[in-house]
Amino acid sequence: MADSGSEDIAVIGNTDLTPSESENNLKNTMVEKGTSLLKRMEISVAEAEKRTGKNAVNMQETYTVYLIETRPVDAASEGTNPVPDSLWRRYSEFELLRNYLLVTYPFVVVPPLPEKRAEFVWHKLSADNMDPDFVERRRVGLENFLLRVASHPVLSSDKIFYSFLTEENGWKETVFETGFQAKADSRLKALNATFRVKNPDKRFAEMKHYGDELQSVISQLLRVRAVGENKRAADRLYGVYKVHGNYGRVFSEWSAIEKEMGDGLQSAGHHMDAYAASVDDILEEEEHYADQLKEYLFYADALRAVCRKHELTQYELEMAAQDLTSKKQQREELATGTVRTFSLKGMTSKLFGQETPEQREAKLKMLETQIEEGEELVKERNEECDEFVKSAWVDIERFKEQKDHDLREALISYAIMQISMCKKGIQVWNNAKECFSKM
Amino acid sequence: MSGPVVDNAVPSGNSSVAIPTDISGQILDLDEDDDLEVFSKDTTLTEGSSFNASMQTSPASMINQYKFEEEEEDADTKDIFVTVDNPESLVTAIETYVTYRVMTKTTRSEFDASEFEVRRRYQDFLWLKGRLEEAHPTLIVHPLPEKFVMKGMVERFNEDFIETRRKALHRFLNKIAEHPIFSSTEDFKIFLTAGELTSHKKQGPGFLSRMGETVKAVAATVRGVRNRPEEFTDMQEYVEAFSQKISSLDKVTQRIVREQKEYLEELKECGPMYALWSQSEEELAEPLTSMASSLDSCCKETEERVKQINDHLIPALHEYVLCTETLKAVLRRRDNIQADFEAKTEALATKKADRDTMRDELDKMEDRLEWANNALKSDWTRWRKVMRTDLRSAFIDTAERNVNYYEKCLAVWESFLHSQRTDAEGNAKDDCS
Repeated sequence: MADSGSEDIAVIGNTDLTPSESENNLKNTMVEKGTSLLKRMEISVAEAEKRTGKNAVNMQETYTVYLIETRPVDAASEGTNPVPDSLWRRYSEFELLRNYLLVTYPFVVVPPLPEKRAEFVWHKLSADNMDPDFVERRRVGLENFLLRVASHPVLSSDKIFYSFLTEENGWKETVFETGFQAKADSRLKALNATFRVKNPDKRFAEMKHYGDELQSVISQLLRVRAVGENKRAADRLYGVYKVHGNYGRVFSEWSAIEKEMGDGLQSAGHHMDAYAASVDDILEEEEHYADQLKEYLFYADALRAVCRKHELTQYELEMAAQDLTSKKQQREELATGTVRTFSLKGMTSKLFGQETPEQREAKLKMLETQIEEGEELVKERNEECDEFVKSAWVDIERFKEQKDHDLREALISYAIMQISMCKKGIQVWNNAKECFSKM
Repeated sequence: MSGPVVDNAVPSGNSSVAIPTDISGQILDLDEDDDLEVFSKDTTLTEGSSFNASMQTSPASMINQYKFEEEEEDADTKDIFVTVDNPESLVTAIETYVTYRVMTKTTRSEFDASEFEVRRRYQDFLWLKGRLEEAHPTLIVHPLPEKFVMKGMVERFNEDFIETRRKALHRFLNKIAEHPIFSSTEDFKIFLTAGELTSHKKQGPGFLSRMGETVKAVAATVRGVRNRPEEFTDMQEYVEAFSQKISSLDKVTQRIVREQKEYLEELKECGPMYALWSQSEEELAEPLTSMASSLDSCCKETEERVKQINDHLIPALHEYVLCTETLKAVLRRRDNIQADFEAKTEALATKKADRDTMRDELDKMEDRLEWANNALKSDWTRWRKVMRTDLRSAFIDTAERNVNYYEKCLAVWESFLHSQRTDAEGNAKDDCS
């Protein structure tokens, strides 16, 4: 693959993508072909189309639908190459699928969707949802999402996911029938837990912190490139290249008034034009790199969601345990007749007289039941918590490995892109130099 | 070699006349009589004249002298070397100004020694330019750097400004030294060798007489030329067009530099961000750090690239922008000489008395015109050639520097790629074992 370990860096000639790198880049993902669904099925988001229709409030709207194609893996290897099965889905359906997965598998770092509205897109590439370039990049992002889900050890076996890929009609109803929306944790509940949890697993706390940092640094990097209307790095680079196009124009005009210099100037001008034009490709490739970073920007969110879920389950366990403890305490107080702690009951009984033995007996019985239930609940929650920690940590480890691999590949492809840009630059300026020599 | 190395004690106070640049173009339309003094057949050369005493002074022979050699001087035949360096600020009671060291090494016989060292200030260069233009109104003198930078006078003692100016002054003197006529003038020699210039500056037409000439010159311009030979019209058209093109190139290049600088500002932020990121990572820490340092290296190279365009291409283009002004002035002066002649011719036709003296004068003016035309034609050809050489090498130089820039960046990224792939291989081996 690479050249020999020569110290002379300049000797390296092989800067093309290796076959595996190229495959990775194409799929933009570390796809474990050996697992689950992808073993059996090829999936792609092949096309995008504009549709118009009436929306929920009976108004005309234009939207984009994406064609999902699936084909059994065996068919291709048999060489028959049948027509793939296909159906159309719109972005909102992808969102629904993802929300379902988030609720149903809270211990999984669920792959993100491409952004709904273009936020970090360099403004010379359109941010309009209807713009063909934006739609194209979204298509790629959606395909990437499906491939990631299909290669996930847990998610890929989900039935709803399978029917998303295979059943066009009635899928939405099926999803709603699962009642997943009821299982969703309220934001408030989750926030409350985050503040009040006493003993979260340290590893999850660290992971959450890591998620924060990752999100922060990637958004800053993307911001330097381009945010909305701001003239940032992408604009500047564009400017540098395009202004060279003016050289082309002036050289051409100048060559008209010169005799000996004319030809050299004219041909040099062509190379300046070529140089100016080359920036479009460069920025398109840089956008692709930005997309790779963006995916992990959104992944950071998913990671944090898992950590928050842990905090919630831990908190609920703590609450149940706390409740149990207080109930046991109450029982003790009732049984021994001592009021160790201040309680309203204690005060009222002092004020209004002690309870009757029958009343006390009744209360004790109730408490016993509650304590029994409480112990069951604590046991349950404990198991839940342990389960969650175990399976979440497995997925987090998986995610870490995937992240390390993918981001490293992204850096490598960035370097390859830079190398290609430099080589083009060398070529153009060498050509220009030759033309200048003929001036 | 031990020639007298004269250290120029700079005269205190400002005794020489500083000619404002805006009217310098017209001041040099000398009165007919003054010209004739220099060019008449029985010449008595005044001190400080721009002509070498050994040169013949008949108009015919002068015309011959302006038929320049077709081949350019070989570097080997170069017999005079001039450098401008070592700027120093001098503070006096009245003013502060910068002087430059001008060193000359020569084998020419008309020089008393083979090495000279003097100190000169900007005004002194202006003086030299003025003298050369006076004596040769239709020859093309290479432009001097501008008097003030647009941004303000505070810049005058700024290091970059002084260095830019020094380089331009160096080029100016070298262009003079390379010019077949100018380099043999007495004024040039005085400039290079005299201990102090004040006494020399006092000679020659005074300021007031120059003012008088300006009025005449303006009048001449108003008069206009009747029958301009086609080749000079062609020249004028060329100068117009060239002036536009070279200004455009100047502007384009300045714009490129601006964009590059702003791009650089943005790019500088990236490296540190990757470095910061690497602190949150384990496996990725090394590639991210490597990425950060690669970006930093590219930043440095970009900075260098910008600096080089600034230091080389921009001054080269700028000088030719200034040149177009010179060319326009030269064409104007030639036109004025012709206009004067035409006016005199008309006057002769109408006047009855003094015909003989007038005819004599007319003959002299005709000679003068012919001489001026030929001088311009030859120098024009020469100028075109020099321009072509200068701009060609400036562009080649720029292209080379750009190639160099990309080669350096290429090396940075190839090195990064190499390190990542070797690591990957290493990891793969570990995984397998």
